[in-house]
Amino acid sequence: MILTRILALVPFLGILLGAIFLGNDSGLIIGLPVLFAWLIAWIILTSIIMAIIYACDPANRTHDHR
Amino acid sequence: MSAALIIIGLTALGALLLGLRARGGREMHLEQWVVGGRHFGTVLVFVLMAGEIYTTFTFLGGSGYAYGHGGPTYYILAYGCLAYVISYWLLPPIWRYAREHRLLSQPDYLAARYDSQSLGILVAVVGLIALIPYLVLQFKGLGIIVSTASYGAIPSTAAVWIGAAVVTVYVIFSGVHGSAWTAVAKDTLILAVALFLGIYLPVRLYGGYGQMFSAINQAKPGFLALPAKGESIAWFDSTVLLTALGFFMWPHSFGSVFTARSEHVFRRNAILLPVYQLILAFVFFTGFAAILQVPGLKGPDIDLALFRLSIKEFAPWFVGVIGAAGVLTALVPGSMIMMTAATLAAQNIYRPLSGADSVRIAFLSKALVPVVALIAVYFTLQGGHTIVALLLMGYSFVTQLFPAVVMSLTRRNPLTRAGAFAGIAVGLATVVATSLTHANMASLFPGLPEALRDLNVGIVALVLNIIASAVVSLGERAIAAPHRA
Repeated sequence: MILTRILALVPFLGILLGAIFLGNDSGLIIGLPVLFAWLIAWIILTSIIMAIIYACDPANRTHDHR
Repeated sequence: MSAALIIIGLTALGALLLGLRARGGREMHLEQWVVGGRHFGTVLVFVLMAGEIYTTFTFLGGSGYAYGHGGPTYYILAYGCLAYVISYWLLPPIWRYAREHRLLSQPDYLAARYDSQSLGILVAVVGLIALIPYLVLQFKGLGIIVSTASYGAIPSTAAVWIGAAVVTVYVIFSGVHGSAWTAVAKDTLILAVALFLGIYLPVRLYGGYGQMFSAINQAKPGFLALPAKGESIAWFDSTVLLTALGFFMWPHSFGSVFTARSEHVFRRNAILLPVYQLILAFVFFTGFAAILQVPGLKGPDIDLALFRLSIKEFAPWFVGVIGAAGVLTALVPGSMIMMTAATLAAQNIYRPLSGADSVRIAFLSKALVPVVALIAVYFTLQGGHTIVALLLMGYSFVTQLFPAVVMSLTRRNPLTRAGAFAGIAVGLATVVATSLTHANMASLFPGLPEALRDLNVGIVALVLNIIASAVVSLGERAIAAPHRA
């Protein structure tokens, strides 16, 4: 459980630190503004991270999944 | 009457009929009306939770902010995502406690946790104040949609009144069942419209995203990044944090948590809802596409960007379809907000003060709906704020509840009753004072370094809130300790 909570901190670091390092970059990457692209990537990563946390969490195994 | 207006009118009528049908002849007790009898499954709770996010705020406010402010708009992408991470641990224990104690509302929850009726009243006051700007922005959006779709035939003041009347009638007749079924229709439509606009417009007008952003970069250098001053990195991170922590502190978000049948719903939603945020990117694309096409909108008028561009590009019937999506995005959350505000005032402020019986309270909850609407119409017609500024104002208020809620979930809550009360009171007072005087860190403390001056005032209030609740809790325990020994 401790590990899953540490994993849950990762999106916070990714997003908040990302803004600090990339916020003032006015360039484009794959056609999108840098910070915009970074955040889109983190949205997808966050869903993946939450899916991992869900799979590892014993609370989701004991009950029915209706 | 334009084709656009007819389509929008029929949609509103359809939503009303759907709401009436959803009620299905069931007798409406207060619990039935407000939390749907706690029997909604995964899909409906998902839709309700998602539905609250995709409001006029994202559709008109998000595109307008992209048009008028550029880079800082990205904060809207970030905070919901982080809020869902928090929700995985936050919502299940709240839901469990609320079900055990048959609670109906957020103030009920905190009053029960801290065993303090006065804390419940304070929480209700915070919620009520925060909901007003949220409702105002829905009405502002409805006004924009109705007046733009009439191609100027309906002035915006009349349009705001029409919009407010539709939401009020809708709420009185349908309660939360209306919200859930219309939310299904609304989410489908908004998804389709947002994706279409966000793909079609940049490709058709610029030839693609890369070309569009290059053109904007050339015309307005630096506009797509965060500025060095004002809405800078410090503003961005403090605003993301404020709104992520406050996300589930809205009284109506609490309400929709209570509608779930089981706590599993929240954990599963925490996986799905972050990617659902990607629709926002398409809304922003639309706003960005408008920058070079319909230039010149300033101040609160930036919220018109999406519609101005739509009118320029599409036939009236299609403007009607976009408007219909817009009306639904205001109607569903608007009805939730209105219902919550009226229930808060009747159930959580009037009841503990007067001791009235539940029949009277149930009547009053409904009677107050038009009153809430009138107050919001008044502020809408005052104008002056962008949709995003209105929502941020609301967030500054609701986030003040976060420390007391989170601490209530710990095994041995370090906050005392008086500590929780003091923290919320200090946070509330700080936000009221700064909102009324239009003060921010830069105007209060011009000598501070840029990073501190640009902090969102709501975060500063949150820090004062935490300090106050810690000091009072420690003080109270220190005084109480000798007696216990």
